[in-house]
Amino acid sequence: MSTQAIHSERIESETGKLGMWIFLFTELFLFGGLFLVYAVFRAKYSADFHTGAQELNTFIGTLNTVFLLVSSMTAAMSLTAIQKDKKNLAIFLLAMTILLAALFGMNKYFEWSHKFEFRLYPGSEVLKNLPHGELLFFGLYFMMTGLHAIHVLIGMILLSINIFKIKNGEVSSTHYLHLENSALYWHLVDLIWIFLFPLLYLIT
Amino acid sequence: MIMKNGETHISSFASLGIVLTVLLALTTISVLVTGWHLGPFSVAIALIIASIKVRTVLTYFMHVKFENLFLKLMITGVFVLYALVIIITFIDYYLR
Repeated sequence: MSTQAIHSERIESETGKLGMWIFLFTELFLFGGLFLVYAVFRAKYSADFHTGAQELNTFIGTLNTVFLLVSSMTAAMSLTAIQKDKKNLAIFLLAMTILLAALFGMNKYFEWSHKFEFRLYPGSEVLKNLPHGELLFFGLYFMMTGLHAIHVLIGMILLSINIFKIKNGEVSSTHYLHLENSALYWHLVDLIWIFLFPLLYLIT
Repeated sequence: MIMKNGETHISSFASLGIVLTVLLALTTISVLVTGWHLGPFSVAIALIIASIKVRTVLTYFMHVKFENLFLKLMITGVFVLYALVIIITFIDYYLR
């Protein structure tokens, strides 16, 4: 490959990544808006938020934090592996990331279904009869973790696509922008959870 | 991840492992501090720890440390902008 070709490819990769970052900024503000609503209502109804948070299981929350942190590392490692041209290792690390994401989702499923058993879900009679602040807490809890869970699902799909792309050679040690951007998306999912976890589970 | 000399930075597996250890340690501290019942300070401490974690993920997992100055400034700018949004909202909320 000529030097010029390599150069133009690099510029393409840089701009592709810049585009991804700009998209991530919009994602930050999407969640940022919810965090802002949370902050204001928490300041107004701090006692109710405290009672609401007592209902959440800190152990499940902590376990999910660990799953996401480890998965973020395996995602970063898969990029290192592909850069070093270790395809099988990269695929293995991506599979690990997806597995950890699935474990996160499974935990979330059990957590939510436990809430549903107690008739705690958006629009339920039980929720409507709670004090106003608790209603807001659970509304924000379902909205924020739900939106986050959708992002986890999208991340899983993006990472799975990368496994196929590595297999058929579209993602390689010289062309890894797709994997790099997908990993960035996955790290964003992790970043949001890093803030969600203390705000929802660790309130005292 | 293209550096000034035109070479791409590749994070080593070991360094990523160390970053994870730091993140897990910070998570443990965050959970333990909650058990101390420090009242309003516990929120502040939880958020400070979360900010350190976010910064660590951005710097090492998302390779911002090895990015060009332009992207670094953009990312910093976005976080500063969000901080301003929060500050202005609370000024409005408390001075109403």
